[in-house]
Parts: sequence; C-alpha cells; structure tokens
Amino acid sequence: MKGKRVLGWGVSLCLSALSLQAQETNQAGPVQQLQQQLRQLQEDLEQTQRRHRQQIEALQQQIDALQAGPPAQAAAPLAATTVPSPAQTGALPPAASAPELKPAWSPTAPITLLGGQRNYLNLSFDALFAAGSSTADDIPHLQLGGHDPVQRGFTAQNLEIVFEGNVDPYFRGQASLVGHINPEGEFHFEAEEAYLETIALPANLQVKAGQFLTEFGRINPTHPHTWSFVDVPLVAGRFFGAEGLRNPGARLSWMLPTPFYSELFFAVQNSQGGTAYSFRGAGHNHDGDEHNLLFGRERIDRETESLGDMLFAPRYAVSFDLTDNQTVLAGASAALGPNNSGTDTDTQIYGVDFMWKWKSPRHHGGFPFVAWQTEAMARRFEAGAFAEDEDGDGVLDVDLPRETLWDYGLYSQLTLGFKKGWVAGLRGDWVSGERGAFYPDPDRDTRWRVSPDLTWYPTEFSKVRLQYYYDDRDNIGVDHSVWMQFEFMLGSHAAHKF
Amino acid sequence: MKTGPSLCLLVFLLSLPLAAHAKLKVVTTAPDFAAIAQAIGGDRVEVTALAKPTGDPHFVDAKPSLIVKLNHADVLIEGGAELEIGWLPALLQTTRNRRIAIGAPGRILANEVVELSEVPTTLDRSRGDVHALGNPHYMTDPVNALRVARRVAQAFSQLDSASRETYEANLKKFSDTLETKLAEWQKRLAPFKGQRVVAYHNSWPYFARRFGLQIDLFLEPKPGLPPTPAHLAEVMTKMKESGARVVIVQPYLSRRTAESVARHTGAVVVDVASFPGGVKGSEGDYFKLMDYLATSLAKALGEKAP
Repeated sequence: MKGKRVLGWGVSLCLSALSLQAQETNQAGPVQQLQQQLRQLQEDLEQTQRRHRQQIEALQQQIDALQAGPPAQAAAPLAATTVPSPAQTGALPPAASAPELKPAWSPTAPITLLGGQRNYLNLSFDALFAAGSSTADDIPHLQLGGHDPVQRGFTAQNLEIVFEGNVDPYFRGQASLVGHINPEGEFHFEAEEAYLETIALPANLQVKAGQFLTEFGRINPTHPHTWSFVDVPLVAGRFFGAEGLRNPGARLSWMLPTPFYSELFFAVQNSQGGTAYSFRGAGHNHDGDEHNLLFGRERIDRETESLGDMLFAPRYAVSFDLTDNQTVLAGASAALGPNNSGTDTDTQIYGVDFMWKWKSPRHHGGFPFVAWQTEAMARRFEAGAFAEDEDGDGVLDVDLPRETLWDYGLYSQLTLGFKKGWVAGLRGDWVSGERGAFYPDPDRDTRWRVSPDLTWYPTEFSKVRLQYYYDDRDNIGVDHSVWMQFEFMLGSHAAHKF
Repeated sequence: MKTGPSLCLLVFLLSLPLAAHAKLKVVTTAPDFAAIAQAIGGDRVEVTALAKPTGDPHFVDAKPSLIVKLNHADVLIEGGAELEIGWLPALLQTTRNRRIAIGAPGRILANEVVELSEVPTTLDRSRGDVHALGNPHYMTDPVNALRVARRVAQAFSQLDSASRETYEANLKKFSDTLETKLAEWQKRLAPFKGQRVVAYHNSWPYFARRFGLQIDLFLEPKPGLPPTPAHLAEVMTKMKESGARVVIVQPYLSRRTAESVARHTGAVVVDVASFPGGVKGSEGDYFKLMDYLATSLAKALGEKAP
C-alpha cells in the first residue's frame, strides 16, 4: 500500500516537474540555440566581408577614374548594376548609379540641415505674404486678424520660425516665433508658442505646458499659414481678437478608453494681455485710439488675485470613420474667465465645431478630397458700468450701464481638392450680437461675408492663393476685397495635423 | 488517504500551460509591412496597416482613428527613411503609447536592417522631394523583405517569448518560400535582363537591381513634380532610343499620362503596386504581390519581343 502511494506521488511529481519545465521559455535546447546563433554570426560575417570587398572595389574604380583625368562625373559603374546571384543574400553596395563628386566646401555654401530622425532639433521657416486691395475705407478694421492682410498693397503676414524636437524620453518641445510687418513698416516679433508636451504618461494622459494657443475649436489652435483661406473667420477674430486666444498655462488631456477617438482637454492659462481679447485683455491692435475701449467701455486695471482670475478652457473632441474614406471630427469647447470691463465681470465663450472629410482611396498626395468645416460660437460678456465726462463740462458724455452682452457667430467652409496641388474653397461667415447700450459698435454689429478662393500648391512647400470677399457690415455697408497670398517654407518637413 | 495523489494531479493539471496569451497588436504604416508581419506572426498577431494599398503612402491623413489604433498597439513597424515623415510624427505626438516609443522593443524601424541606396550627397529641395536618408521604397526587393521579416521575428519573439517557436517556424517557412520564389521570379525575368522600363515615380531602384531591369526613366521631371510636356517629349525620345516598351504606373498616379506616352511610343502600360492589394491580382500576401509584378512585367516585356 505504502509503495503504491509513493509511486503515485512520484509519478505525479515527475509529471508536474516535466510540465513545469515544458513551460520554460527556452523550448529549444540551449545547445541548439547556440548553434543557431553561431550560424547567424557566420552568415553576418560573410555578408560584412562581401560588402567590404565590394566597397573597396568601388573605391578603387573611383580612384582609377579620377587619376585618369578630369570630369569623372559618371564614374565607373559600381557593382550595383550587375545582377547579384540568387543565392547571395548579401549586402547591397553602398551607393547606386553614378556617384556624385561632393562639392568642395565654401563659406558661402548654405547650411544644410538634415531632416528626418538625424538631428536633435527640427528647424523650419515659413513666410506668408498677401497682396491686394479692398473697397473699404478702414482695412485694418475690416480685417480682424493680426496676421491678416491689412493694407492696400503687400502685407508680410507671417514670418514664422518653428523649433521642434524631442527634449528627452519624457517630453517633446515646440516653439514658434512669429514676426510680421505692420502697415507702418515696423517689424513686430513675438513668441507665439513655446511649450513642452509629455510623450507617454500612464492612463492615456498628456500634459502640455508653456505658452500655447488655447485649444478651442479648429481655427484658434492653428497657425495662419495652415488655413484654407487668407484670413481669420469673423467669429474667431471677434471673440479671440487679433492675435488669437493664447497665453502661458498648462493643459491636461485624457484620451478616453473608447474604441473610437474621444479626448477630454482641460487648460488653465493666464487671462490677461493682448492675447486675451475677450478677457482681461489689452485693446484692439490696430486701433489708433488712446481710450482702449471695449464695447464702449474702458478696460480697467484688474490684477490676478486668485485662482478664479485664470482662464479655464475645457474641451471634448470625438471622431469617427464613417467609411474607409470618410471621417468626421466634432468637438465642443468653452473658455471661461474674468474680463476687465468691470471689477467683477466675467466672460464665457462656448463653441461647437464639426469637420467632415472624404479622401479618395486612390489619392495622390492626398488629392482628390472634399472637406467641410463649420464652427459656431456664442459669447456671454458681462460688461461693467462705465461713465465718462470727456470734455470736462460736467455732463456725462458716456454713460453705459452694467449689462450682459451676448454675441454669436459661425463660419462654414467647404474645400475641394479637385486635382493634385489645387484646392477650391468657399467660406461663409456670419456674426451678430444682441444690441447693447453702446450702439453702433462695429465690434458687435451684424456682419456677414462670403468668399470663394482658389489655391495652388506647386509642392507642399509653397502655395499661391487668390480670394475674393463680399463683406456686408451693418451700419457701414458692403465692401469688396481681393487678396492674393503666397507662402514658402524652408527646413524640416512639417507633419500635417488633421 | 487518497487526497495525496489527487492533490498532485491537481498540481500537474494546474502547471500545464495556461490559456493562450492575448494576441500581439501590430500596427504598420504601409501594407507591405503588414503582409510581412502577418506571415511571421500567423494567428499570434492582429495586424493593421495605417495606409491603404491603393493610396499614396507619403500622404496619409493623420486621422484621430489612427491615433486610437496606435494607442492600442504593442508593435509599430514603419519604413523609416522619411517615407512617413509627412504624417506619422503628428500621430505619434498624441499617441501616448510607451510600448512603441523610439527605442522600445515594440518599435521597429525597418530601414535599420536594410541598406538604402541613392543617399543624396547634398540636400536641396530644388532637386524635388528627395528623401534625405536614401530611397525608402526598398520592400520590392525580396532580399530586403527577408531582412525585415527576420527583424520582425526577432521583435515578436522578444515581446512574446512564449510563442518564439511559432515565429521562428513561420520565419523559416517564409524564408524557404522566398528563396524558392526568388529563383522563380529571377528566372522569369532573366530573358529581359538589362531592358529599360519607364516608371512614373522613382520607387523601383531596388526591384530593378534585384531583377536586372533598368528602371531609371521617369515621367516626373523631378521627384514629386507633375510631368510637363517638354519632359514627356524627352522621355519619349529616350524610350525610342533605348527600345523601352513598358511603362509602369501605380494605382494612385495618372494612368492617362502613362497611356499617352505609351501610345506615342508603341509601348504598353502595366498597372503595378508596391503593396499587396494595390492592384487587382496582387491581393493576399507578399508573395502574391511579387508574383503579380514578375508575371505582369514578364508578360509585357515578352509580348512585344521580336
């Protein structure tokens, strides 16, 4: 009995041991592994030797050719043009076809910056110019963007230097310094964005920190040279001001664990300065006015006193592929913060955005495609009371009560990439607002605009565009503008965001 | 007491290999890498390609759905050498996936195991859209495909060591089939050694070298530029001089231009693709693609033989 039990135990233990051993990762015996490795090493050594032999032969031929006499442009063909035998899984010769003679270096030679993954810093320069005219008397007020064409003749809209690269295994950094030349011929230079982004935080989080354009909608976070039209849509210009909504801050985003793309963003940024127009901002850039008025009221000094004085910008974005070739992207955003038309007045801006794109499955360079983008926004602006006796005669010339001003607007644009390098577009803008105590106010009165445009991209690094506007402003009238735009880009290839 | 042996039996049963591991999620940029990954991984992997086989691999929209695919991936295989530079970096910025970060075992840059040719000595965009690290269209040389397959097998084995035998067996099968088929393809194209073939874009140097063809005349005057009448006239003259009888064109390029050139020179247009599934008849796997290329080229070159 005992023997049988011992036997039973023994067999079970042996079986357990065997099965456990079978789970060992080295399923092929160690000796066989070594043999395989040795074989692999031998093959690699043979390959290397063959490659070196070929290189030496090629170099020898080049030397012979050079010694033979001048222009050795089409030097002796390398082993490249002969067909290697089928069994030869060896290395390919280093360079194909006629080798070029590297030009001797000279101090006037341009600095070449390698692209791709060969440098620590990707550097690029983008220059955007416009030329044209308008029937309007007040072009700087007609055009709402700080980088829009603002004069008859030529405008240097955007001269942008972008630095980009991985900082270390944890962060990626990007900065864009932008200049433009104003109608007086002065060159203004500023840091548009400079921020770092985490590469891979756990739980699908990402942090962005630094100076950046608030991620509200689809126009505000983008740079003018990426737009499909020459200038900023009316609603974005009205709500975010000439420079867009951007300030130093930090943004956290979380990609939800859904099978489709959906992401939540939350940003906290400063709410003051020339880039926080609807908040505690500075006056309109192109105003020659000394009063620095916003909706008839002077902006007052309002310090950042508590966390509640910051700008908060939540956003939710979601995207679906309707078919293999069609994608939609929708989002909802808000920007909430204090404004400086009163001591305790706030602004809330809300927006929804929608984008639909179709691209041909046999696209060449991305063409043909059709894209439709629409954004609608609403702003609730608490305006403080403001009274002023301008001419000192004891009678108030300006007496505005405290009120809440509502403004709305939307734009919709359709772009058709009908042939490689050619895009036809049509955009409609409409902005309006509930009439306030200060009226007429060109910054709030109803206005609508239609513009068709045609863009030609000779390559992805340059473009030429022609655009016409029909612009109808309440209390001012109808204006027509024609703008031409051209752009060139130098440096590292910029990857295109969707 | 009978519980002793029963307990041991239980231990034995429990020590048997656990249920199969979850499959490796593999994402590749182009469909040719997907075909290789599928061949090596078999049913141990789930493979998705970001680019369509019929589309231009240089320009893929960085759509948000691709971000989700990359976020879930265990492995990313890319061609590298600036092939995907116009769209992949934008996707990877928001992907937040440590498993496919540069240097991680799940990140495979296929260009690291092949030798690139046509590396430019100077970088100058006036020469057209030239790739700084060399010509990145290396997968149409079966020898390179095998190198990439080896690298893929190595990465899969590193990430999923329990299935190492499967990957090695699949690699051996792939390698053996490739050796046999390569000899076949070379034999089929051997009669046309040294013959010139015209292509739209310069994406065939590795294929040309491997199979002894001369594919160095292009409808594009410079890489990325559209064909101009003057350049096409020059191409047609050169075709007549060198007896080039075949023009190859990929599905996303202008077949009309190729047809017009062929009409004026008595040549024939052949639909080709760099990826399995890009053209009808090439669907399936890498071998089907190369079979299709070898057969259709041989037919076209042979058809008009005197």
